[in-house]
Amino acid sequence: MERNPMRRQLASLRKSLFDQGYLDEQFMELEQLQDDANPNFVEEVVTLYYRDSARLILNLDHALERRPLDFSKLDGLMHQFKGSSSSIGAKKVKAESTLFREYCKYGNAEGCMRTFQQLKKEYATLRKKLETYFQLARQIGPMESANRPK
Amino acid sequence: MNVSSVKGSMSISSSTSTWKAGDTISDQFPAGLRVLVVDDDPTCLMILEKMLIACLYKVTKCNRAETALSKLRENKNGYDIVLSDVHMPDMDGFKLLEHIGLEMDLPVIMMSADDGKQVVMKGVTHGACDYLIKPVRIEALKNIWQHVVRKRKNEWKEFEQSGSVEEGDRQPKQSDDADYSSSANEGNWKGSKRRKDEEEETDERDDTSTLKKPRVVWSVELHQQFVAAVNQLGIDKAVPKKILELMNVPGLTRENVASHLQKYRLYLRRLSGVSQHQSNLSTIISAQDPTFGSLSSLSGLDLQTLAATGQLPAQSLARLQAAGLGRATAKSAIPITLVDQRNIFSFENPKLRFGEGQQQHMTNKQQVNLLHGIPTTMEPKQLVSLRHAAQSVGNMNMQVPPHGPQSSQNNPLLMQMGQQQQQQQSRGQILVDSTINHAPRLSSMGQPILSNGMATNVSSRSGIPENIRAPGYSQTPSMLNFPMNHASELPGNCFPLGSTPGVSNLTSKGAFQEDVNSEIKGSGGFMPSYDVFNDLNQYKPQSWELQNVGIAFDSSQHSNSLQGNLDLTQSALGQQGFSSGQMNGHNRSAAVASKAMFSTGNVKELRSAQNVNQHLNNLLVDNTIRVKSERVCDASPANIFPDHFGQDDLMSALLKQQESVASSENEFDFDGYSMNNIPV
Repeated sequence: MERNPMRRQLASLRKSLFDQGYLDEQFMELEQLQDDANPNFVEEVVTLYYRDSARLILNLDHALERRPLDFSKLDGLMHQFKGSSSSIGAKKVKAESTLFREYCKYGNAEGCMRTFQQLKKEYATLRKKLETYFQLARQIGPMESANRPK
Repeated sequence: MNVSSVKGSMSISSSTSTWKAGDTISDQFPAGLRVLVVDDDPTCLMILEKMLIACLYKVTKCNRAETALSKLRENKNGYDIVLSDVHMPDMDGFKLLEHIGLEMDLPVIMMSADDGKQVVMKGVTHGACDYLIKPVRIEALKNIWQHVVRKRKNEWKEFEQSGSVEEGDRQPKQSDDADYSSSANEGNWKGSKRRKDEEEETDERDDTSTLKKPRVVWSVELHQQFVAAVNQLGIDKAVPKKILELMNVPGLTRENVASHLQKYRLYLRRLSGVSQHQSNLSTIISAQDPTFGSLSSLSGLDLQTLAATGQLPAQSLARLQAAGLGRATAKSAIPITLVDQRNIFSFENPKLRFGEGQQQHMTNKQQVNLLHGIPTTMEPKQLVSLRHAAQSVGNMNMQVPPHGPQSSQNNPLLMQMGQQQQQQQSRGQILVDSTINHAPRLSSMGQPILSNGMATNVSSRSGIPENIRAPGYSQTPSMLNFPMNHASELPGNCFPLGSTPGVSNLTSKGAFQEDVNSEIKGSGGFMPSYDVFNDLNQYKPQSWELQNVGIAFDSSQHSNSLQGNLDLTQSALGQQGFSSGQMNGHNRSAAVASKAMFSTGNVKELRSAQNVNQHLNNLLVDNTIRVKSERVCDASPANIFPDHFGQDDLMSALLKQQESVASSENEFDFDGYSMNNIPV
């Protein structure tokens, strides 16, 4: 009973993430992979993503400090980052990555740097939202399994 | 087996030999499909793994291409399909694709977040079965089993087309007597000798070949028999059914032979570029060796005999055989030489030990035979694959002997060949196997694969040095000359040796050559044939580039893109002769020198050149050196892969390999080519 409002909250939080464009269908793919054997699969993947992509962000930061900018290297790094982000369904982050790569293609340093700042913002925002989401889900989790009709 | 049974029992393990093997979960297929997924991104890897498990597949994941390759090599029949990312830090996904195609002939699906048409096209041209755009959805993975089935079916079709009769339909060998005498390749003595050898080896094979084995392992002996049979029939007339009859190996199916023949043809085609040169060499060689008859047929038997005499260790025997294949020039030794292609890596040692006289025989004969016996179908495609290059390099070595003391020459060549191959696989034999297996893939893979092959060849070459170490030293001087001579003599076919007729049979390799050709314009003569075998190893990323370089090496004269590199290589090789040996006291220095030389060229080419150089150097230099360098190459593929191969990297790589040399010394059983069969 007290889970109901929490579940509703969780559902609504999830919906907003999709509606506001933070997440796309790929995230749903991950959710479908989650099962009793891996009840926290999605959270594990997202955690892994943030851990691994932090390295890429750092490399990108360093690369953006060099003068002149090595666009091909930046593009390569961003390609990796984009692949990672798209695999968890991070929609806005992915969009910024694509934009960044476009700027790289045209050698637009200003565009690259600006986009990268924006990307980092989206990246951080998503992380916070997902952390909240998972925390809530974990609270409901055990109850969910127990109460969920099989 | 009929196709229907095949369908019924979708053997997960891609077996060229028989569908009946069928053993695994045929009912639940595609459940249990053994997938190897390679992706450097841990997030993607985790997701893919979970998805594949959800598809009920059996998943193995790797985050590095090298790891994936070594897993595949360790367990060739352990996987049904490979999923690989395109962009990986240690190795380009397409190079991995090539390697797998050449060595294991497994279906490979590429994945990338990049959906640009060019990249997808590259996947297609390199032989990927499919190309998935990331993020990958589970629906896309649910159907990947179709590629396994399709591939098996296509292989099956090859068998069907090659003949109508299966193993049960073999005709008595007597009918082949006429072939023996009329065979342009072999002399009568050879034919009869070969038959004996085949028979003997058949007996051996009985124990080794396993009917139930999903995939036929073309061991040294088996391949020798095959080569002998092909030579007897004449490459043009060699059809799987007849070959099967000649070989008379119980448990071997026509399909096995057909697929092996296809690969062999590609291999020979690759070598054909070199054949011209080789033929020159072979004539010279053959003239020198009156007693060649006995030795020339580097039949397994001969080698075994030699081995038995203590001159050749089992490994050497294999090597010699392999080398013999590389030689291809020696007619008499053709069968052996062909087989030896695989063993080329092992060839090095045996060659050395053989003693000059013997070797001469072998080389001469082989060279002569190879050239004559095998039509050089190889288009002078430049270096379709590194393998070719690698082989050609090996071949080159082989050919060089004519210039120098026969025996010594042969040895170095053989050794080089062997080494190359060895290096690649660090087993040598595997090379052959891989070559054959990859024949079809080679064509599809194109360059990328080639490079890999080359890399492996190169590496394999160095690997051999270990074995040859002792003998190699004596050879070195002659060997060094080889490259020099070779370069001068080979108008443009880098690896005349490669042209050994036997080699040219590995048409599959030839396919690579095509790619390579584009790369290495002049190189011609890549010994495609068994370089493939070699390319199992290491130099994958740039291997094919290097091969080109290597090939270019010989054909430095050609106007390859790598020409610059080639020139460097050549000069490097020349210089290296022994000076390079100073590197770590081994070929490494040569490799380094070559490396330095390459650095002058394009980075890309350099890499390949480096690899090639290393390989070449290895070959040219004392076998021991080669062994070392091989090791280095093998050990430090990672070093090779980095974008810029600095000399330091190369050096360190070489050094590392040196250290690892010891460990890899005894690794001859690669991919099922068990040297154990070689009686010593």
